[in-house]
Amino acid sequence: MITTTDLTKVYHSRGREVTALDGVNLHVRPGEVFGVIGQSGAGKSTLIRCVNLLERPTSGTVTVDGTDLTALAGRGKRAGRPLREARTRIGMIFQHFNLLSARTVQGNIELPLEILGLTRRERARKALDLLDLVGLADKARAYPTQLSGGQKQRVGIARALAGDPKVLLSDEATSALDPETTRSVLQLLRDLNRQLGLTVLLITHEMDVVKTVCDSAALMRDGRIVESGVVSDLLATPGSTLAAELFPLTGTAGTGRTLVDITFHGGSAGRPVISQLARDHDIDVSILGAAMDTVGDAQVGRMRIELPGRPEDNDRALAFLRAQGLTVEIPGAAATPGVALSKEGA
Amino acid sequence: MGWDQMRPLLEQGTIDTLYMVGWSTLIAALGGLPLGILLVLTDRGGLLANTVVNKVLGAVVNVGRSLPFIIMMVALIPFTRWVVGTAFGPTAAIVPLAIGAIPFFARLVETSVREVDHGLVEAAQAMGGGTWTVVLKVLLPQSLASLVAGLTTTVIALIGYSAMAGAVGGGGLGTLALTYGHQRFETDFMYIILAVIVVIVTIVQLLGDGVVRLLTRRKRTG
Repeated sequence: MITTTDLTKVYHSRGREVTALDGVNLHVRPGEVFGVIGQSGAGKSTLIRCVNLLERPTSGTVTVDGTDLTALAGRGKRAGRPLREARTRIGMIFQHFNLLSARTVQGNIELPLEILGLTRRERARKALDLLDLVGLADKARAYPTQLSGGQKQRVGIARALAGDPKVLLSDEATSALDPETTRSVLQLLRDLNRQLGLTVLLITHEMDVVKTVCDSAALMRDGRIVESGVVSDLLATPGSTLAAELFPLTGTAGTGRTLVDITFHGGSAGRPVISQLARDHDIDVSILGAAMDTVGDAQVGRMRIELPGRPEDNDRALAFLRAQGLTVEIPGAAATPGVALSKEGA
Repeated sequence: MGWDQMRPLLEQGTIDTLYMVGWSTLIAALGGLPLGILLVLTDRGGLLANTVVNKVLGAVVNVGRSLPFIIMMVALIPFTRWVVGTAFGPTAAIVPLAIGAIPFFARLVETSVREVDHGLVEAAQAMGGGTWTVVLKVLLPQSLASLVAGLTTTVIALIGYSAMAGAVGGGGLGTLALTYGHQRFETDFMYIILAVIVVIVTIVQLLGDGVVRLLTRRKRTG
């Protein structure tokens, strides 16, 4: 639905060149919620703004729903009619909502409909339908300043949906909201994604957002995508940075002991694997840290345990864990045979 | 000099002043508004970013702003004569008043429009809006209260300028104050004229503030 190829953006400021995007290849499939995560300055904001050409990429192409937007944009700096028409079919929501304070809630939702050239009656009907969809039917005549942050973002979402887009771009849409409001807005995005078959590309710096709504995710660093894929696949990939960041584990091993990171996904999450390991192999297992969550409707978790003895003494225990369908990693042992072994096991 | 003599003079002077200020305000608004918006749009990073146009417009505005009004008025006499056929009287005074107020108001418009959050412009662009949409549906409505405040300031400046126009026979309260107060030493009459000017300025300011309050309150309490 959204494909970028070799997308590059170089800014020139006072004779210095800053590369914000360094050959980004992104592929968002129809109907999925795709999250791009990264720290500020990683280039994710530039990336999402390049998708609807608010920012002109220096090179590379952007294709949305089969249309090559970079070709539509032409050479001029201003957005010509073909690009503007394409944009009416791409919704966008923003961190700071960007609602017009001079207009009512209904007036804000009608703005894109005015751009589309609908009549007053059509606009009003559509706006009220959309307000109903986002659960704000009673706020049509309110002004944005009278709304809470969560309500403002719902208006933003209603406005973004006015042109019946197939794609919704979300630029840190929940970053200015408190955790509870964030959850309800994400839930709304999830519902819209399912009900309308809306493809959502969101950028965020919050791992929770990825956990809560994303089917797929990409990790951005220094203008590049360092890892990307379906979230549940990433979690099953040993050495995945994204998995480690989604479920951060801490704790270090005592001398002569072995640290093991285990990732549970799918059916294995429900089984008493650790107690079985301790009983059957007569091993004292210490649990140093664990994190469990629901990712894309599946129970997923990671756990860091400590086993007595060095990695090579624990071959049987590790083999047992792998046999249970778990992803097993030995952290801090990148170059040792132990890790090579665990990668084969996966 | 009795009230019976003063009254018709004051009435005519007030009418002339309002006539000059009214027309020059209208022309200044029509000229300054697009000029101010263009200054923002053509600036670096603007929707119509164009350094050359921006610099030229900026220079024109600065020259207009830096000339002392009284000098500009004299310098414009040939142009005024060409436009209205005479360089004397209230109608003739409208020409330099309007030309002096255009750059003044344009700068105020520029400041107001620049204060509109760029995120709103981006949102309109993301919806598929072009430059006209951004100007008519975002920049102007969002800065309306501030534009009205700027226009109030412009009207008051024009009342001051119009009194100066009296020095070259522009008519209105300024001419009255100069001819009677200064040349004929009718000091009492001059003070009365000053009082009338103060009253007019106060009314304009109160009206302007009222409209601004109305426009901003609508946003807060609906």
